[in-house]
Amino acid sequence: MTMPDTSGVPLVEMRDMSVSFGGVHAVKDVTIDLYPGEILGLVGGNGAGKSTLIKTLSGAQKADSGEIFIDGEPVTITSPRDAKTYGVETIYQTLALAENIDAPGNMFLGREMTTRWGTLDDSSMETAARTVMGRLNPQFQNFKVPVASLSGGQRQSVAIAKAVQFNARILIMDEPTAALGPAETEQVRQLMRQLKAEGLGIILISHDIHDVFDLADRISVMLQGKLVGTVNKSDVTMDEVLAMIIIGKLPEEVTTKELEQLHG
Amino acid sequence: MSVVEASPTQPDVLEPGSRRSLGSFLRDNEIDTRMVGMIGVLLAIWVVFHLLSGGTFITPRNLWNLSVQTSAIAIMATGMVLVIVSRNIDLSVGSMVGTVGMVMAVLQAERLPALMGIGNPWIWIVSLVVGVILGALIGAFQGSIVAYVGVPSFVVTLGGLLVWRGFAWLTASGRTIAPMDATFQLLGGGSKGSLGEVGSWIVGGVACAGIVALMVNGRRKRRKFGFRLRPMWLDVALGVFGCVVVLGAVWVMNSYYLPENLARIYAEEQGIPWPDGGLQIPLGIPYPVLILVAVTLAMGFIANRLRFGRYIFSIGGNPEAAVLAGIKTKRTIVKTFMTMGILVAISAAVSIARLNAAVSGLGTLQELYVIAAAVIGGAALSGGIGTIPGAILGALVMQSLQSGMVLIGVGAPLQDVALGVVLVLAVAIDTIYRRRAATR
Repeated sequence: MTMPDTSGVPLVEMRDMSVSFGGVHAVKDVTIDLYPGEILGLVGGNGAGKSTLIKTLSGAQKADSGEIFIDGEPVTITSPRDAKTYGVETIYQTLALAENIDAPGNMFLGREMTTRWGTLDDSSMETAARTVMGRLNPQFQNFKVPVASLSGGQRQSVAIAKAVQFNARILIMDEPTAALGPAETEQVRQLMRQLKAEGLGIILISHDIHDVFDLADRISVMLQGKLVGTVNKSDVTMDEVLAMIIIGKLPEEVTTKELEQLHG
Repeated sequence: MSVVEASPTQPDVLEPGSRRSLGSFLRDNEIDTRMVGMIGVLLAIWVVFHLLSGGTFITPRNLWNLSVQTSAIAIMATGMVLVIVSRNIDLSVGSMVGTVGMVMAVLQAERLPALMGIGNPWIWIVSLVVGVILGALIGAFQGSIVAYVGVPSFVVTLGGLLVWRGFAWLTASGRTIAPMDATFQLLGGGSKGSLGEVGSWIVGGVACAGIVALMVNGRRKRRKFGFRLRPMWLDVALGVFGCVVVLGAVWVMNSYYLPENLARIYAEEQGIPWPDGGLQIPLGIPYPVLILVAVTLAMGFIANRLRFGRYIFSIGGNPEAAVLAGIKTKRTIVKTFMTMGILVAISAAVSIARLNAAVSGLGTLQELYVIAAAVIGGAALSGGIGTIPGAILGALVMQSLQSGMVLIGVGAPLQDVALGVVLVLAVAIDTIYRRRAATR
């Protein structure tokens, strides 16, 4: 895999982000960045603050402090709508699909195409949906049924299509393969490589260290709301990342004994 | 998944096999099997009551009355569907009918004549407009408490049920207000509140042309986008079926004549000599039914063609997803309750016009009939599912049962028992049907 160019202006920079819930610091002074054509793995245990951090970028959570830069310009994101205007699209772990609505309806939810009379233009939306889906998952044909009746992989396809069809530049994927079987997981991985090749920046949140090692260029590790550090995948071993996740020590700080204890 | 598993041990020759293929044929062609079933049930109810009542149910007179009786409930049921789809409920509609109806009645019978002069042609319009605005305000008020304060709609509208019933009494200290404005009375149907023979045929013709235009336009659009077309014969059959239903309904309405005593009065008024065979004046489509048709078209348009409708369904399907999609869900909820309030006002107008009076008990228990109509029509109280035509069919089923039981002389207590049983039965069948559909 080619390494993305990380010398220029980052696509996204989140600087000193903090979020607290009633005195508990869910995220504290975290700084991460993302470059075009890069997949950044964001890992950490349960409650490490990954999802909360990312929600401040997708507009689902207000940050208490910190700044977000997109293409080097400071931006204010206070709602999902704001995020989308900056090309930030999010695929939530729950997929966030309306089960009773069909695939085109979901893909255009909140951004419906309308006719000049202001009514919904279902035909154009279905055509656009078929076009996007033809690129992502050509086998997908169930455009007229509620997504509730689709399989896990098909639903994931709808969620991804929903995110990428509006010329997304920054894609946040929260546990995209958690609910999928092996074949479907591979399909999603393939899709992520394709999107990366198209120049999108992807933030991948995952529990699955193998997923992250397979896909990510760099890995940011969080523990108890703080950033442990960000490392190039090519510079570290899986055990060293595990040490960052579990005991919060960077590869250069961790001892051989501690690495051995991880497997104890 | 639409893959049907073929079991090698069971050859596909049995009766269930062929039925399943009919079902999948309908589904493949985007025909709602549920609606087809409901129409079948409705026709069965009609036939059974026709036989039990010695041939008095399927008569122009009874069907005409049935259509008028159904209108008031059906108008509200179209709004209740959207409220239920949005994962809410409105228990206050019956009491709102009381308050809004009372206000409209007091306005046109007492306040406005004093203000604008007796017989002013604007009285009925001002009264109606004030009623609609009041309904919208009450709906928006209740909806705001639900959406912005976060009190469950069950509680808010349960409170509303008490509050608006109280206001219905307070508006006129419990008096009965009558009579209504002469023009306003036409909204309730009755001998004068109908379209007449020629007008009814014109409306029927326009409706037919509309059905054909929709079919043609649909095909044209699908061809333009390269989507799969229904077989030509099926589209033609559906179009013919729609036209037959519409023109058949008009024919039935036109076959109900002005009762003889009223016809005599009419003849006297017009100076026509009374003919030997009696004077047969077709009533035609009653205005409440026309109002229902207009409401249905408007609500269907909102539900299927506007963002507002799409957002209601998305909130019902997954509220979190709706928020994350950037939809202003709170505003949508307020607008939904507001729509319900407007429909309540329209229904209240029809009711007081028909009674030619308003009483403080107006609309009592109607919330339950309206909710039952929506639920029988397929609205799921868990949200996200429901259709406008379904709700109207639901209202028609309820009203058919009720008036059928009256015709065959079932007492009021037994009527309630039967309606309650049917409500639960309908939802039980629907639940089983859905479960089967989900596992297929």
